[in-house]
Amino acid sequence: MIEAVGLTKRYGDKTAVYNLSFQVRPGAVTGFLGPNGSGKSTTMRMILGLDNPTAGQVTIGGYPYRKLPNAPRQVGALLDAKAVHGGRHARNHLLSLAQLSGIPARRVDEVLGVVGLQDVAKKRSKGFSLGMGQRLGIAAALLGDPQVLLFDEPVNGLDPEGILWVRNLMKSLAAEGRTVFVSSHLMSEMALTADHLIVIGRGQLLSDMSVKDFISANSADFARVRTPDTEPQLREKLSSALTGAGGHVLPEQDGALRVTGLPLPRISDIAHDTDVRLWELSPHQASLEEAYMRMTQGAVDYRSTIDQKAGLMEPLPPGAQPPMPVPGQGQPGWYAPPPPQQGGQPFAMPQGQPGLPPAGPYGAPAGPGAAPAGQPNPYAQPAPQGAAPARPTAAPAQPSAPAAAPTKSEDAR
Amino acid sequence: MAAIQVVRSEWTKIRSVASTVWTLSIAVVVTLALGMLISALSKSEFDNLSRNERLSFDPTFISFAGMTLGQLAMIVFGVLVVSNEYSTGMIRTSLAAVPQRGTFLFSKIAVATGLALVVGMVTSFATFVLGQAMLGSHRASISDQGVLRAVIGGGLYMTLIAVFSMGVAAMLRSPMLSLGILMPFFFLISNILGNVPATRKVGRFLPDQAGSRIMQVVTPVDDDTPYGPWGGLGIMLLWVLAALVGGYAVLKRRDA
Repeated sequence: MIEAVGLTKRYGDKTAVYNLSFQVRPGAVTGFLGPNGSGKSTTMRMILGLDNPTAGQVTIGGYPYRKLPNAPRQVGALLDAKAVHGGRHARNHLLSLAQLSGIPARRVDEVLGVVGLQDVAKKRSKGFSLGMGQRLGIAAALLGDPQVLLFDEPVNGLDPEGILWVRNLMKSLAAEGRTVFVSSHLMSEMALTADHLIVIGRGQLLSDMSVKDFISANSADFARVRTPDTEPQLREKLSSALTGAGGHVLPEQDGALRVTGLPLPRISDIAHDTDVRLWELSPHQASLEEAYMRMTQGAVDYRSTIDQKAGLMEPLPPGAQPPMPVPGQGQPGWYAPPPPQQGGQPFAMPQGQPGLPPAGPYGAPAGPGAAPAGQPNPYAQPAPQGAAPARPTAAPAQPSAPAAAPTKSEDAR
Repeated sequence: MAAIQVVRSEWTKIRSVASTVWTLSIAVVVTLALGMLISALSKSEFDNLSRNERLSFDPTFISFAGMTLGQLAMIVFGVLVVSNEYSTGMIRTSLAAVPQRGTFLFSKIAVATGLALVVGMVTSFATFVLGQAMLGSHRASISDQGVLRAVIGGGLYMTLIAVFSMGVAAMLRSPMLSLGILMPFFFLISNILGNVPATRKVGRFLPDQAGSRIMQVVTPVDDDTPYGPWGGLGIMLLWVLAALVGGYAVLKRRDA
């Protein structure tokens, strides 16, 4: 059991972690999520007594780490896979750590086998790939057969097989009644691995709930409705009709409408009644990734800007359209829709039509200039065509902020 | 208990990196080679020396001339032993395993000191024997007054230089920063301070100048140094202790 109470860490005038309180319980994998620089690693270091908290405290089994009796046999940690002396071979690296904690040398060979590095045990870790480094770090964490395990981004650099292995390892460690605390910035990975989620952003707690609760709280179903691009007034018409019928309508970046609160057949009926043609009517489920991004969007420290390529662009030939922006790029508050999922559709579509190409299930001919089936993003805007009048062509950087407008919590602390 | 575990672990660490072998063997080879060269040159130049210079002629000290360069390799050894932990990030893993930071640091330094002492003593005796062989008829004997003290002192001197570097590296943490300060200091600044008349009185209290006094057998004619051979080594020891206390204080207080 790891327990943090009011944990705060300041580096000079930068606050890395602010007033963080949470518990990590045994017998479950607890995911620790947050964008880059949100204070995950700092928190991990404070748990291990490496950094002293500015305020608050964190304990393992009731003791602060530096007072924990026989700490290395109680707690194993992977903090940084690259934290090895490159000139030392893998076995000696683990041996020195084992000796440090009074663990017999044969345990070193055991954990080398567990992580699958037995064949490179006598190779210098300088030549290790990132994935091999992660395995070596996991081996180090397992050395003392500890009851509490901390892993900082353990799947970074691992191949799919390795990711699956780590996932199963975490689950089996938790099933043995151990406390497993895994940080990640990949919501999708945590959704598969973790039982419980702690989400932080800018060093503050955003959410602390079980994965099941997180999913039901955050992944609302919605329908995407697209009216003919050529007749924008239809969109307004349908929009007001849907709102009148009790639906909740949000415009999306590319002109589609995101409708919640109305079943698909009802939307179709309303469209029919108001005499609006539809180009698309599709069921969607907001992904966990999207829920997570929406939750942390105000707390992202490093955000990319649109690459304007100033001075690098050749002047466009007369009459040519500037290239369309990729939807979602550099636009805070807008997230790409989830991919169509077979079997995951609550509405309309009969399940399991394996033969269909990805763009097929919705069957809507997307009009002139439509993306041919099989193109990577069937929801992307149609290629610019001469007859697309009311399109935001050259304004890529303006965040239209449709859903939850990014509440810029500039300095909420 | 914990200290024994750390010592065993540190021994594994120190023997499993190439830099240990490299730095220590360079220290030995450079000290021996330069000592032999300068001994041979001194022998051939002896007849051209003035009377005063002949009176101050110290065959033992001359055979240790290689240490001025050899000690730089010992500095690199001392710095790398400690700062490798920081530059690789191992320090976090190590301190997570040994939360008692003092135990960790001093066990680490003890292992490296032991190794440096063995290498330093071997080097000191070897450079004395080889240097005297080069000096031919001007040689000193190990049984002469003060010579054995000087030879053992030479081994201690090389060890203490390495330990001083470990303390400084524990304070500064970065290998580049530590080497960037220590190398020019011992190679240039200390020599300049010790040879410019205005600063000589201060310069001779620097660790290397004070410590190297232990290797002198014949006192120079116009010498006014206020301490003897063991006094000089004592001054050096104070410097070393100060560096270790500083390194410990930094490790204890700061975030890893």
